[in-house]
Amino acid sequence: MIHEEAEAVKAPRVEDRARVTGSTLYVDDIPFDRLLYVEILRSRHAHARLLRVDAARARAAPGVAAAITYADLESSTGSFPLAASRVDDLRQPARSFLARDEVGFVGEPVAAVAAETRAAARDALEALEVDYEPLDAVIEPEAALEPDAPRAHASLPDNLAFRLEAGLGDVDAAFRGADRVVRLALQSPRLAACALETRGAVAQWLPASEELILWSSTQAPHLLRSQLAATLQLRESAVRVIAPEVGGGFGSKRSAYAEEALVAILARRLAPRPVKWVESRRENLLATVHGRGQSAEIELALRADGKILGLRYDAVVDVGAYHPSCPAAAPELTAAAIGGPYRVPASRVSLRGAFTNKVPTDAYRGAGRAEATLAMERVLDAAAVELELDPIEIRRANFTREAVFRPPTGVALDAGDCPSALDRLLSACAYASLRGEQEARRNAGELVGIGLAAYLDVCAGGSSARAEAVVWETGGVRVGPAGDVEVFTGTSSQGQGQEAALARIASEILGVPPEVVRVRRGDTAAIHDGRGVAGSRSVAVGGSAVREAARRIDAKLRSVAAALLRVPVEYVERVDGGFACGGRRVSRAEVCLEAHRAASLPADTPPGLEELVHYPARGPISSFGAHLAFVSVDRDTGEVRLEKYFASDDFGRVVDLLRVEGQALGGIAQGIGQALLEEVVYDESGQLLTSTFLEYALPRASHLPLVVCSRGETPSTMNPLGARGAGEAGAIAAPPAIANAVVDALREFGVRHVDLPLRPEKVWRLIRAAEERGD
Amino acid sequence: MIPAAFEYRAPRTVEEALALLAKHREEARVLTGGHGLIPALKLRQETPALVVDLRRIPGLGDVEPLDPAPPSPRAAPPDPFCGGPGRSGGLRIGALVTHRALAEAPTVRSRCPVLAEVAALIGDPQVRSVGTLVGSICHGDPAADYPAVLLALGARVLIASPRGERLAEVAEFIQGPFETALEPDELVLAVEVDRSAPASSAYYKVRRSASGFALAAAAAVVEIEGERIRSCAIGVTGVTTRPFRAHAVEERLVGALCAHGFPEAAARGASDGQSVLDDIHASAEYRAHLAEVCIRRAVEKALSRR
Amino acid sequence: MKYPVAITVNGRERRGEVEARTLLVQFIREELRLTATRVGCETSTCGACTVILDGSPVKSCTRLAVQADGSTVLTLEGLTPGTDAPLHPLQAAFCEHHALQCGFCSAGMVLVLKDLLERSPAAAEREVRAALDGNICRCTGYQGIVKAALSVSTVTSGPAGGPGEGRA
Repeated sequence: MIHEEAEAVKAPRVEDRARVTGSTLYVDDIPFDRLLYVEILRSRHAHARLLRVDAARARAAPGVAAAITYADLESSTGSFPLAASRVDDLRQPARSFLARDEVGFVGEPVAAVAAETRAAARDALEALEVDYEPLDAVIEPEAALEPDAPRAHASLPDNLAFRLEAGLGDVDAAFRGADRVVRLALQSPRLAACALETRGAVAQWLPASEELILWSSTQAPHLLRSQLAATLQLRESAVRVIAPEVGGGFGSKRSAYAEEALVAILARRLAPRPVKWVESRRENLLATVHGRGQSAEIELALRADGKILGLRYDAVVDVGAYHPSCPAAAPELTAAAIGGPYRVPASRVSLRGAFTNKVPTDAYRGAGRAEATLAMERVLDAAAVELELDPIEIRRANFTREAVFRPPTGVALDAGDCPSALDRLLSACAYASLRGEQEARRNAGELVGIGLAAYLDVCAGGSSARAEAVVWETGGVRVGPAGDVEVFTGTSSQGQGQEAALARIASEILGVPPEVVRVRRGDTAAIHDGRGVAGSRSVAVGGSAVREAARRIDAKLRSVAAALLRVPVEYVERVDGGFACGGRRVSRAEVCLEAHRAASLPADTPPGLEELVHYPARGPISSFGAHLAFVSVDRDTGEVRLEKYFASDDFGRVVDLLRVEGQALGGIAQGIGQALLEEVVYDESGQLLTSTFLEYALPRASHLPLVVCSRGETPSTMNPLGARGAGEAGAIAAPPAIANAVVDALREFGVRHVDLPLRPEKVWRLIRAAEERGD
Repeated sequence: MIPAAFEYRAPRTVEEALALLAKHREEARVLTGGHGLIPALKLRQETPALVVDLRRIPGLGDVEPLDPAPPSPRAAPPDPFCGGPGRSGGLRIGALVTHRALAEAPTVRSRCPVLAEVAALIGDPQVRSVGTLVGSICHGDPAADYPAVLLALGARVLIASPRGERLAEVAEFIQGPFETALEPDELVLAVEVDRSAPASSAYYKVRRSASGFALAAAAAVVEIEGERIRSCAIGVTGVTTRPFRAHAVEERLVGALCAHGFPEAAARGASDGQSVLDDIHASAEYRAHLAEVCIRRAVEKALSRR
Repeated sequence: MKYPVAITVNGRERRGEVEARTLLVQFIREELRLTATRVGCETSTCGACTVILDGSPVKSCTRLAVQADGSTVLTLEGLTPGTDAPLHPLQAAFCEHHALQCGFCSAGMVLVLKDLLERSPAAAEREVRAALDGNICRCTGYQGIVKAALSVSTVTSGPAGGPGEGRA
């Protein structure tokens, strides 16, 4: 299914009318009868013994229906099971939905109140009595791994959360034989996903069917269902999870959260009344998982001509106080993605996780690959400077020439075609004239920089050769007797618009306009298995599942048409509005009706038009490209102005261009945020300083230039659609492109490296330090 | 997100409002636009028993021309740096005048264009629709925009109380972060600017990236005579616990040739002796440096408008 | 204590009894069940709660319901009364230019831009971006939103209406 840039491919999404008129319902919008509202009391200390939690006064407060503490969790196991992980030495401290006798981060839930109104619940929090005995907190992950560091948890002997080592070839020999070793230390600070809709959940226990229903602003309803069933000691068939309209996720709504379990526990207690919790933005910045959080050192062993001989990457990962329910996902992906699109004959990756007394870190757009790409693209630029090579040429010299290659973790990757992507980029941005503009403005005294970054994004899992679980997704198609088409998908949507792509896939195969296709997602009762959204694979894997289901339906329709036409199925052709053989035809409507009526179907053609497919990905899917940033720096204030941004991406065969462009631009905006604005900051005692949008700076329209996108279409060999993941590339490529541009802008000061975010004061200090050194 | 409970009154006269304040004193808060008070209520940083909304009081929403009158016995002596021949009358800006109204009012644009310039830069369009100048200075955020230009204009605050009316210099009125000289039973009716500002006035701001508040900003009101700077007034906000006039810098600029632009190093040490803010947004050292940059750029912009 | 309020919302007078501390956005969402106006923060920063109040864009999270007594409010729902009502040109442009993904910010975006284009029908890119200073979008990177606004603006293309530059 190759699409040229025809109008049809840019068709607006059908569901957008509902969104743009405001009639879509997010969790907080769904009307419920006799709703109870939940507020959570959260720890004020980063690390403390919990001596006493007394809910008696809260229970007596006006409008309160229930107030619970750890002692009231007996209907559950108290915590979610951890998903399998491929790291070594995985430790998980004792954890429960409400803290038992120790709190591990500011924001950890300690008690919960359900009341008749939000205000009553909020007021009742003040009636809860808690006594803490503060303990030493450990905040910096590198310090946490020092031998005499305070322990993040009293129950663990030290703060090591996991180990991950991977390697290929003889790294020591490579470094011994190098003409040059270039070393760079880098920080990827914690980031907050800041989906505009905060988390929220409504739970209701239905006594008649002994069933729990949970509506949640989640990215993975099926995974959540499994987690809830396990912890509440219910059969999965007794738990239904619905992800209604979800206002963004970006990875932060992928893991199961304590608050989801707490509303379920309260709902059981207060049945049949529905129980709702909606997060405030403060809670979101404090207690929703953060992304990134790696301190790394990367070393490249190089020949004098710039060829890479070997690579070492050592990093400490800021795990936070606990692992999320899918532990160490991002670090595994770092190990899989280090080395990017380059030929690296020998490599060694070593990641160590450190427990710290902060909220856990988990996936965030580009998880793990952003850190790896930042390190690789920065060190390549640093190497180019040291070896006096052009940054473009050093990359060209090292791009892999193989179609499939193996990174340190050993799982084969479709290597894409970065050289072509780079060519396309340089052409799209008129590179020579950009350099000309830079030179002219430099001569006039301005600080102007150009930076580029190439990337190979590892999507759809494929993180480790030790993987037991294969990445799969479900897709279903049903055609009713009147010919209407329903598509079912196990992926979920937080606005990416996969529905339009999936509808298009089905509609093309079935020969119907996309508008008659309804896509159902997000409800575990409508589609029973699924993996939700993560890793940019909704279309590549989810779409492949739908494609297969649609093909089977198409084959069935032909069989039924053949039965009606009384000819062998091989002779049936699809024509406009139906099927034909020779001069006889039968309409699509007749075929659909007959498939259900089954009046004249042969024995080998069962009735019905419904197919469900569990589709396993053949392997990790990759996307690739190159981005370029053009910046100027105000020499007096250090402010960085992003003047131009060019993106050349290859997302394979694109099913829905509007959607894919939207993902590219959205990812780039988040990458720009990471590069210039965003950083989670704690003080030394573990109090969160970036606790509102007044401190945590998100990109605004006036921060961004018009991004110029160009595209290649190199089909992926890993799925029949030829699609590649589009969702995360921008967030991966933009930070290094901008970092490289700013280092280029500061070239006259001899600045070798800058850590993100490139806040004005940081840049100003670099300039000043250089001026004071007399550079 | 949910404020603690409080009661609400919307009096119809100034007298009624004053009576409520006299009765409830520290337990009452005055509401104009709401962008200072309501966020504080939501975060429970403020928990008054009563909120007094001024929106029903007629006459507070006007920008009035204020033509020179004999100084009242209670007014402080006029600021010598804001005087000058040939300037026409000033403005009285009522308590309910919004940032947008200020930015668009013809009298402001003709008499005090730099004030309109500042008003147009505050926050965002929604904030400008309802936020008020008086509300802003009563809230006293050290990162607010107005203090710089009000200091440079020598503006005064018209305060009403059961004891009558008084005028206070803005410099005395703003005492520190979120602290003003307002007594619990007093109400600000208006801000007055005695005389109009020359066209050679300008505002330069470095924004905090998250919120758009001033990380550092300076307003320069420059009186020009012939080819030289006769005098200038420079107000600085965002940098220190209290907004301040950069008197040392002002003195260095007197007599300078306009064509030469801002003299090298004339802004050095502008924040010396002030209590410079140091927080998550910026260190004291950087802020002090930005003050110098903003002063220079504001003066240069002002000169370019002569 | 409860206070009676009468607010004209989307052309109809709506009455209610509220606490003084009830925010206008809560009145709109919970009393009137008009949920297009959303809450995304507590610091008046994100703009998801924007409505048109007495003719100007206002963050309804920073307005008490009692403060809005006697006022006129337009929410997003008011642009298309009835399920078959034609879309406002901006809404149609939003769909065409992919100016929304998750849609959470869209009510605020549409209303702020509607107000901008009514005041400044030939707004060019820089003015459009500045008008969005009070509205956060986390999904789209704003480009589709800006393009949608420019497609409705009467600005002529060329240097004056050309690409802007980003300020960090």
